[in-house]
Amino acid sequence: MSKPRVFLVDDHSMFRAGVRSELAGAVDIVGEAADVSPAITQIAQSVPEVVLLDVHLPGGGGQDVVAAIRAEHPDVKFLALSASDAPEDVIAVIRAGARGYVTKTISGTELIDAINRVAAGDAVFSPRLAGFVLDAFAAGHSADLGRPSFDPELDQLTGREREVLRLIARGYTYREVAKELFISVKTVESHVSSVLRKLQLSTRHQLTRWAAERKLT
Amino acid sequence: MVDQADGAARNAAAQPGGQSGVPSGPCQPWETGGNPPSDGRSGQGASGQGASGQGASGEGASGQGASPPQGHSQPHGAGEGHWSARLESHGIRLTRGPASPGPLRRARDGQLLGGVAAGIARRTGLSVGLIRVLIVVVTLLSTGYLGMAYVLAWLFIPAEGADRNIASKAVTDKRGIGLAVGLTSVLVVALVIASALNAPWVTSLAVPLIVCADGLVLISRNAPDEELAYLRSLADPAGLTATAPRSRRGLRFGIGALLLILGVYALLQGHERLALLWPLAGIMLFVGGITLVLGPWWLRIATEAVAERQARIRAEERADMASRVHDSVLQTLALIQRRAGDQQQVIQLARAQERELRAWLFDGRPPGSMEGQAETVADGVRLIQQEVESQHGLAVEAVTVGDCELDDDMSALLAAAREATVNAAKWSGADTVSLFVEVEQDSVSMFVRDRGCGFDPAAVPADRKGLAESVRARLTRRGGSATIRSAPGEGTEVSLVMPRSADDRVPGRT
Repeated sequence: MSKPRVFLVDDHSMFRAGVRSELAGAVDIVGEAADVSPAITQIAQSVPEVVLLDVHLPGGGGQDVVAAIRAEHPDVKFLALSASDAPEDVIAVIRAGARGYVTKTISGTELIDAINRVAAGDAVFSPRLAGFVLDAFAAGHSADLGRPSFDPELDQLTGREREVLRLIARGYTYREVAKELFISVKTVESHVSSVLRKLQLSTRHQLTRWAAERKLT
Repeated sequence: MVDQADGAARNAAAQPGGQSGVPSGPCQPWETGGNPPSDGRSGQGASGQGASGQGASGEGASGQGASPPQGHSQPHGAGEGHWSARLESHGIRLTRGPASPGPLRRARDGQLLGGVAAGIARRTGLSVGLIRVLIVVVTLLSTGYLGMAYVLAWLFIPAEGADRNIASKAVTDKRGIGLAVGLTSVLVVALVIASALNAPWVTSLAVPLIVCADGLVLISRNAPDEELAYLRSLADPAGLTATAPRSRRGLRFGIGALLLILGVYALLQGHERLALLWPLAGIMLFVGGITLVLGPWWLRIATEAVAERQARIRAEERADMASRVHDSVLQTLALIQRRAGDQQQVIQLARAQERELRAWLFDGRPPGSMEGQAETVADGVRLIQQEVESQHGLAVEAVTVGDCELDDDMSALLAAAREATVNAAKWSGADTVSLFVEVEQDSVSMFVRDRGCGFDPAAVPADRKGLAESVRARLTRRGGSATIRSAPGEGTEVSLVMPRSADDRVPGRT
């Protein structure tokens, strides 16, 4: 497998340098930017496979970069890499179109693994993101269950998806999840991609409200 | 442009024998040719002309001044087109274009005030200027009642592209209605005084005046934003708004000063001429002058006071944040620099500081408040994470889904989870422990997983079995269960489940 071409967006030059040295050899870093507008122009020029994106940037949110690039270059994939655990940040960047979310405490090898996974078109769920999704889609959470759903298919998780997410939240890798549930890794990946799609497309008001509530409590 | 061609045709129609007339309008070729074009409308006009004799057309063609419409002298209906055509030949156009279908709407472009006249013009196809002149004339003739009707139309006719009128929003505007009521009472008092001063003509204006004033108050508070922006741009040239440029403010000041001087003069002259009318006019001019001179100044003072308060709040927030960052982050950074040699301790310090900062930034708990009693399961999980990370120097990745009150059962479950986490920290050799807690409707599950050395549960010596057994016993006594899965080289996972007591389930997740 050839090395994926990666673009780095983060406003901390020290953090960029750290990521660069950790990823050296495993990926091909084609450029980096520290803010929204230079990121947009440079990504449009270099057209990398994967953009490692900080959620918080001085000139706006990471979701602005995702939105601007996806219109012209739908093949560029985004992996959110952030120190922020705030649910609304995570949900916002995922709903803008990022293929995954990992925290900055992730180890180098795990990050390389996540980049390769995103480059191959899969979704990357950290345990924390899996926990967020389980919480946001939890049935007991919905005060508006009585509301007619716009698309019920998108508004809830299947039992299997819930199982997969629980295992990821428990710290299992995709391979371990597959082994535990007696399914193939490909099936795990398709479940996770399906959850990602629901997360991005669901019109559920709860997602936003849930994120806002988590911020307040 | 429809009006150009139309007007030209009418000009021609009005001048069937135009060779001898003063050349008027843009119809040179036809005048020399002497033959009007034979399209439908002009043909009709010309035939009407022919039947009615030459008198009127001669007068029209000579074009001396703005002769009054001669429509009444025309024997049949074609005359209407005739007099309007002759007016147009003098440059007064009555129509702009075809009438548009659909309900009457206030125009959003080409308006002067509320767009009522422009809206009517668009609906009927008549000229906007004509309608405006009519409105002003009739307003004067009807002692203001048409002006009142204009304001009411402004309130009740929705603007183009809008589905609601201003009135429907105004009925919910309690402060606006209060203002209108206050204004009404002030006006009533002023009118009573005026009529007592023997100026009865003022009282005949009472109803339209009050309705207009109240209507304008409600409009200025409830009109859509873009309409308000337009009205503000109307007020700008007079320097009425606080943001007006300096020259405009000078103009405003000049007008205000002039009104003041006139008012004072009128007051001084009050005794001699028109004894009772002058003081009234004087007071009105005086009040108007004071409002113009001092009004924006008062407004500016008020807005400056608001801005000042906001700035003070911001400064206080910044000071608070600075002191907190100083107490936590800066202290820890200093400590890390001093102990840079002890890698383990630096990691612990950084981790503890990171957790505290996270809790402050993302969960809203100020630094230092982490200690103390946990009140919910999620709090308890955070305490375990904090304790194990700082005492054993490994990362605890905790994910919590849902939350509930901490009762005895949950405390036992948390104690078991803590035991399992500490055990993993001591024996597994891994640098990370995952702690996943899910609060569901009927039960709470906790999973403690490490990727350390693992062990064979069947081969555990009896003296180390005690720990697992005591955890299990404590949970099963309360209706819960504990499972341990492990294999050498594959890490360990401890699953703990506790059912929730029935009375706890009602509020559900928070």
